Amino acid sequence: MTDKLVLENASKSFESQPVLRDIDLKVGEHEVVCLIGSSGSGKSTLLKCVNLLIPIDEGSIWLDGLEISSPSVNPNIVREKMGIVFQAFNLFPHMNVIDNITLGPRKVHGVSVEEAEDRAKLLLDQFGLTDKMYDYPDRLSGGQQQRVAVIRALASEPELMLFDEITSALDPELVAEVLNVIRGLKQEGMTMLIATHEMGFARDVADRVCFLDGGLILEQGPPRDLFTNPTQPRTQQFLQRIVEAGRL
Amino acid sequence: MRTKFGLILFVVLALVAAACGGDDEGGDTGSGSCDFADLNLVEDGFLTIATSEPAFPPWIGVGDDNFDVPESKTGFEGDLVYKIANALGFTDDQVKWTRIGFIEAIAVGPKDYDFNVQQYSISAEREEVIDFSVPYYTTTQALVTLADSVYASASSVADLKGAKLGAQIGTTSLKFIEDVIQPDTQPNVYDDNTDVEAAMNAGQIEGLVVDLPTAYFVTAAQVDGSVIAGKFEAAAAAPDNYGLLFESGNSLKACVDAVIEDLRSDGTLDALVSQWLEQGGGINVISG
Amino acid sequence: MVQPATDPSVPGVGPGPGLFRPGRRTRIKEEGAKGALVAFVATVAFFGVVLTLVLTSDAWPDVQRQFFNWYHFKQAWPAVVSGFWLDVRMFLVAEVLILIISLVIAMIRALRGPAFFPLRMLAVTYIDLIRGIPIILLIVLLGFGVPALQLKGVPTSELFWGITALVISYSAYTAEVYRAGIESVHESQRMSARSIGLTQIQALRYVIVPQAIRNVIPALLNGFVSLQKDVALVFVLGVREGVREAEIYNASTFNFTGYVVAAILFLLVSVPVARFTDWYTDRDRRRKRAMST
Repeated sequence: MTDKLVLENASKSFESQPVLRDIDLKVGEHEVVCLIGSSGSGKSTLLKCVNLLIPIDEGSIWLDGLEISSPSVNPNIVREKMGIVFQAFNLFPHMNVIDNITLGPRKVHGVSVEEAEDRAKLLLDQFGLTDKMYDYPDRLSGGQQQRVAVIRALASEPELMLFDEITSALDPELVAEVLNVIRGLKQEGMTMLIATHEMGFARDVADRVCFLDGGLILEQGPPRDLFTNPTQPRTQQFLQRIVEAGRL
Repeated sequence: MRTKFGLILFVVLALVAAACGGDDEGGDTGSGSCDFADLNLVEDGFLTIATSEPAFPPWIGVGDDNFDVPESKTGFEGDLVYKIANALGFTDDQVKWTRIGFIEAIAVGPKDYDFNVQQYSISAEREEVIDFSVPYYTTTQALVTLADSVYASASSVADLKGAKLGAQIGTTSLKFIEDVIQPDTQPNVYDDNTDVEAAMNAGQIEGLVVDLPTAYFVTAAQVDGSVIAGKFEAAAAAPDNYGLLFESGNSLKACVDAVIEDLRSDGTLDALVSQWLEQGGGINVISG
Repeated sequence: MVQPATDPSVPGVGPGPGLFRPGRRTRIKEEGAKGALVAFVATVAFFGVVLTLVLTSDAWPDVQRQFFNWYHFKQAWPAVVSGFWLDVRMFLVAEVLILIISLVIAMIRALRGPAFFPLRMLAVTYIDLIRGIPIILLIVLLGFGVPALQLKGVPTSELFWGITALVISYSAYTAEVYRAGIESVHESQRMSARSIGLTQIQALRYVIVPQAIRNVIPALLNGFVSLQKDVALVFVLGVREGVREAEIYNASTFNFTGYVVAAILFLLVSVPVARFTDWYTDRDRRRKRAMST
C-alpha cells in the first residue's frame, strides 16, 4: 500500500506554546485513520496543518510523494486534492446549497455553471439531499448542513478527506446520519484522516487509531488493539474515562 | 425621532435664548454728552475697536513689519481711528483692538466693541440693524483679472457676461456683480477676500470685484500676474461711502461723527488719503 | 351562583369568557388599544403644552420674524433649493465613490501574508493620516492648493477638488467600517473558503466581503447621513451650495429664515435614511432571533 499522506517530524507552536511536537504519521491510500484525544491535544491543528491552512514550524508533510509543506508549493493547488470539513460554520450562509457546492469548481477551475451543477446534483442525490438544493443553510438542520459540507468538500474530487470533529456540535439524533456519510465514503475507498470524539464510530470505521496527548502521538494501532489493550498509561486513563461516561 | 426631537429642542432653546436676551437690540444708549467721562463705552477708560482677521493694507498695517498690527497706527483706517481716538480724549495706550468677521458684525444684537472699522459701505438695509458714522471715505468698485485674461481688456459691463467672477459674501462688490454686471454664470461667493484671491490663484475664477484701493493691494501683493482691468463707471455713479459701524442707537456715534466732520473740514481726511491711498491714475474705465 | 373559571384561557378567579369578563385574547387587544390611546393623548398633551408656551411667550414674535418668517421663506426658497440640489448631486456622486474606494482599501488591509505587507502598510498609513486631518482643512488644501500649482493636466475646478477631498476623507473612515465587518465574519468561513481552493482575494470577494457588508449596513448608512451634511463644507471654495445660498440671503437681508429653509431641506433627505436604517436593523435582529430558536 502506497502512502497517501506522510507527516515527518512536524512541529507547530503558537506564541512559544508547542501544540504539535515531532509528529510522525503515515496514512496509506484507502486507509482510514482516526485521531482521538482530549481538547487541546492538537488534533484540530494537525488537520489544519495538513490542509496548509496553518504553516508548520519544523518538519515536512508529503502528499503522494510530493513535499507540500515546501514554501515554493502553491497551497491552493494542494488544497483541491484534499477536502476538509470543520466542526461548524462550514457553509457560506449568504449562498444556497447548490451555490455553496459549485463555488469552488467554478472559481478555481473555471468549470462551467452547468457542469458544476450537474456534478453537485449527482452528489446531492447520492446523499439524499436533492430537495434542499436551492435552500439557504439556515433552513437546514445541523446534520443536513454537515452533510452538505461534506458534499462541498467532495466537489473537487479530492483524494484525501480530513474531518475535524464534524459531529461534535450536533444534536445527538443528527449524529448518525453524518457518520453514515463517512461510512459510505470508506466503502468507496476514500483515504481519510478523522478527528473524532465518537469512540464507537472510531472502533467501527478506523483502520488505525492514533491517540494524541499534548501535541504528541502517544500511541497508535488498529482499534481492536488500542481500545482493548492500550500500552501507554495516559491512553489507559483517557479510555477509562470514556468507558465510565458510557461512550464506548 | 432623534432629529425631530433635535429640531424641537432647537426651537425651545432659541426661545429661551431670545427670552433671556430680552429686548436688548438697543443696548445701553448712554447719555448724549461727549465729555470723556460720559462716553458710552463697552469698557470704561478704553476705546475698543473691531476690525477683520487679518486686517489688510492699505487700510490697516502698512509695511512688512506692520502686517496685521493695528497698533502700528499705519494704513488709512489705522491712522484715522487713532486720530479719532486722540480727539475723543484717549491716549494711544487706551485703544484696544478686537477681531470679528465681516458679516458677523452686521448682525442684529449687542456688540462687544465700541465701533468696527472694516471698509463697510453705508447702506439702508444695513442701517436697519446697526448704525453707521458719517462717511470717512468714498470709493468705487474695480475689476481685477489676470494679465493674460481675455477680460483684462474689458471696456464695458457687457464684455463681462461670460466671465466667472468672485466676490466676498455680503459686500457691495457682490451686490454690484449681481445687480449691474449680471454675468451668465453665478459668481462664486467666498467668506473673505483672502479666499477670493486664493480662487483667482487657483484659476477657479477669472475676475474679482473689490473696491479700488484694495484692488491696488491685490495686484501689487496678493495675486501674481494680476492687473486692475478697470474701475466701474456705474459704481462711480453710486459710489461706496465707508462708515464706522456702531451698535444700533449707540450715543458714541454722535461724538465720533463730530470728530470726523472736524477732520474733514480741516483737510486731515484728504491728507490721509494722499498719504495712504493715492496711487497712479490712468485706470481704465469700464462703462455700462 | 356563578361557575368557577374552568376555561384555561382565563387565568385567575372569575367567571368564564362571555359572562362577566371578556376572554383573554379580547383583553390583550383592548390593552393594546388602550396603550395606543394613552400614548397618543400623552404626546398631544406634551407637545401641546410646549407649543402653547412657545407661541404665547414674549419673545416669540421676534424669533418668528427672524427665523420663521413666511415672506422670507418664500424669498429665500428658490436660491436655497437650487444650492441644495447641488448638495444632493454631490453627496450621491461622492457616496458611490466612497463605498467602492473604501472597500478596496479594507480588502487590501485584510490580505494576509508577508508578500502583501507593503500594500497593507500603505493602507494603514492612508487611514491614519486622513482620519487625523479635519475635512475642512483637506478641502481647502486640495481645493485652493493643488490648482494653484498649475500642474499640467490636473483639473482646477473647485467642485472637483471639493468632492475629491470629501471622498478621500470619508473613504478612510468607511474603510474602517468595512474592516470591522470583515473581522466580524467567523474565521472558519475564511478557512472553509481557502480549503475549497479559493485564493485570498477570491475568498474575500465571494465569501467574506458579502457577509461583512451585510453586517455593517447600518454603520454605512450612518456614514451616508453624515456625508449628506458634510458636503456643505465645500462652500469655503466659493461653491454655491445650499448653506452658502442661505448665508448669502442672510448677508443681504439680515434675516435667518434662509437658514431654516436649508435646515428643513437637509432634514428631508436625512430623516428617511435614518428611519430606513432603524427598520433595517430591527428586521435583521428579528431574523437573527428567529434563526437561533
